[in-house]
Amino acid sequence: MQKQSVFHSKFLPYLLVLPQLAVVLVFFYWPAAQAVIQSFLLQDAFGLSTTFVWFENYQDLLSDPDYFSTIVRTFLFSVAIALSSLSLALLLAVMADRPLRGSTFYRTLLIWPYAVAPPVVGVLWVFMLNPSLGVIAHGLRNLGVDWNPLLDGNQAATLIILAAAWKQISYNFLFFLAGLQAIPSSVIEAAAIDGARPMRRFWTIIFPLLSPTIFFLIVVNIVYAFFDTFGIIDTMTRGGPAKATETLVYKVYSDGLLGGNLGSSAAQSVILMGIVIALTAFQFRFVERKVNY
Amino acid sequence: MANVVLRNVRKTYPGGFEAIKGVDFEVGDGQFCVLVGPSGCGKSTLLRMVAGLETVTAGEIDIGGRVVNQVEPADRDIAMVFQNYALYPHMSVYNNMAYGLRNRGMAKPEIDARVQEAARILELGAMLDRKPRQLSGGQRQRVAMGRAIVRQPKVFLFDEPLSNLDAKLRVAMRVEIRKLQRRLATTAIYVTHDQLEAMTLADILVVMNAGQVEQIGSPLEIYAKPATTFVASFIGAPPMNLMPLDAEGVRARFGGAATEAGILGVRPEDLVIAREPATGGGLTLDLTVEAIERVGPETFIYGTRSRHGDLTAISSKPGELPPDDIIVRVPGQDAPAIGDRMFATALPQHLHLFSAAGRRIEVQG
Repeated sequence: MQKQSVFHSKFLPYLLVLPQLAVVLVFFYWPAAQAVIQSFLLQDAFGLSTTFVWFENYQDLLSDPDYFSTIVRTFLFSVAIALSSLSLALLLAVMADRPLRGSTFYRTLLIWPYAVAPPVVGVLWVFMLNPSLGVIAHGLRNLGVDWNPLLDGNQAATLIILAAAWKQISYNFLFFLAGLQAIPSSVIEAAAIDGARPMRRFWTIIFPLLSPTIFFLIVVNIVYAFFDTFGIIDTMTRGGPAKATETLVYKVYSDGLLGGNLGSSAAQSVILMGIVIALTAFQFRFVERKVNY
Repeated sequence: MANVVLRNVRKTYPGGFEAIKGVDFEVGDGQFCVLVGPSGCGKSTLLRMVAGLETVTAGEIDIGGRVVNQVEPADRDIAMVFQNYALYPHMSVYNNMAYGLRNRGMAKPEIDARVQEAARILELGAMLDRKPRQLSGGQRQRVAMGRAIVRQPKVFLFDEPLSNLDAKLRVAMRVEIRKLQRRLATTAIYVTHDQLEAMTLADILVVMNAGQVEQIGSPLEIYAKPATTFVASFIGAPPMNLMPLDAEGVRARFGGAATEAGILGVRPEDLVIAREPATGGGLTLDLTVEAIERVGPETFIYGTRSRHGDLTAISSKPGELPPDDIIVRVPGQDAPAIGDRMFATALPQHLHLFSAAGRRIEVQG
């Protein structure tokens, strides 16, 4: 069979890929290039004059201890969000994989949260955990917890992690359930006959066979925690209190759009892009080795 | 070493479907029992119940003198070979075989000795470090066998283990399985839909249909005296020719003992091509040749009965040969031409009589 198409005109193939190229160029490369250029510029407070300052924006950032704590915070958030949403989703998927009555019904219910937009998730949890109005906050206070995420940075961080993880559970659940259902039941049965108890069966058979799914989800969840939590943070805490919930993406937004420091904001974007590229490359290079396809 | 006894075993699924409708049989210590039947007859379900992978609705399953209805699969001391082999894809051949032993906390040197011994028997020595996906179908099959034998269980359970192999390999593995089972003298229950596998492997053959046992016996007993028309048409290839007889025809042929209408059966290999009609109570069929199949050592002649004589025609069930169609199996390659008319005769002792409901009727003489 002929796999390569033959074009009689030299221009037709270029014409055909043009729409895709245009989309990528206009919506990715152009803004990315803009950000790189912007990161070398410094504007005055009124936006009247712009100076080319080479790497000054980067130097300022990298010598700022605040920026480092933001990086560390972002990593902690990502790990906490990925870990909690992955493990909870796996637990739910293992439960839902059992042949029980009405499984379609509660599987559907478990998938619903994914249909909720991040800012809505934020609003939802803010309401439930609002110190003066929230249902859960009320319960917590009755339990003797001094609950006030508006003042307590750690509580605010917990709140963000909780909401962000909750939102991502559905997505992870879907993939885990599909992964579990792809494991032939006879393999599990063979393990049962081979004397493996349910817990051992899970860790020695099911978990290794799920590893491609787990790896994929780790990559997706880290990227999610890095970028897509913006909506949640913005509606819940706006990075506060005292920047306790400010991640790299939120800092890009607050420094650039709220603080008006476009040069620094652009430099942060470039660094963030670098971090994510490095992180993904690292995952593929080192974590993927442990995956059994 | 153990016998397996099933006492009135039943299985009803939550939806009310009755998969097994009361099955009784016993497999003696070291015997090879084959469950055979068409797909959906419940044979795999029954095997899975013995394994402990399906619950038992009623009745008792007894392995080595212990009722195991409530015992976990792991504690029944059985090993199972699955149709798709069910190897652990992420483990090497060695670990696939060692897994069950490790789970039982066996000492490392003992595990190694058993795995090496199994690998030697099954000629897997060179493949111990490979993953299942790097093996051919026949090799995977052998690993699945190895995983069963390292455990040295009381009972082997086989769920259509050869159906994923090509025809040549299937015959070779069939012989291997039988030799291995004889050598280890382990009780075995083997499920298949292939009547040839069933005939060649079994000490005891259990023919099943629609959740019930049709007949239990040695393969040759079942071949010689099928208890029902179902068994008659299922065991033997090509199947037994079955022809309806009206009550008068039955009386005329078999004397006073049989008075009801019935079904007359004769195996294709018991029919002989003849120039003259048979005498002395034998059967004569007047056939027009419709098709010929030459397979080398023997030839199958498909004919239509052109004169009914004492045989009355009834309508056939879908999927079966029309009652007027007869298969004759003759040795060699000589056969009449298509369209020829010929007589096929059978000796009286080769005729089988069944009631209209399909039950065997023994006739004197």
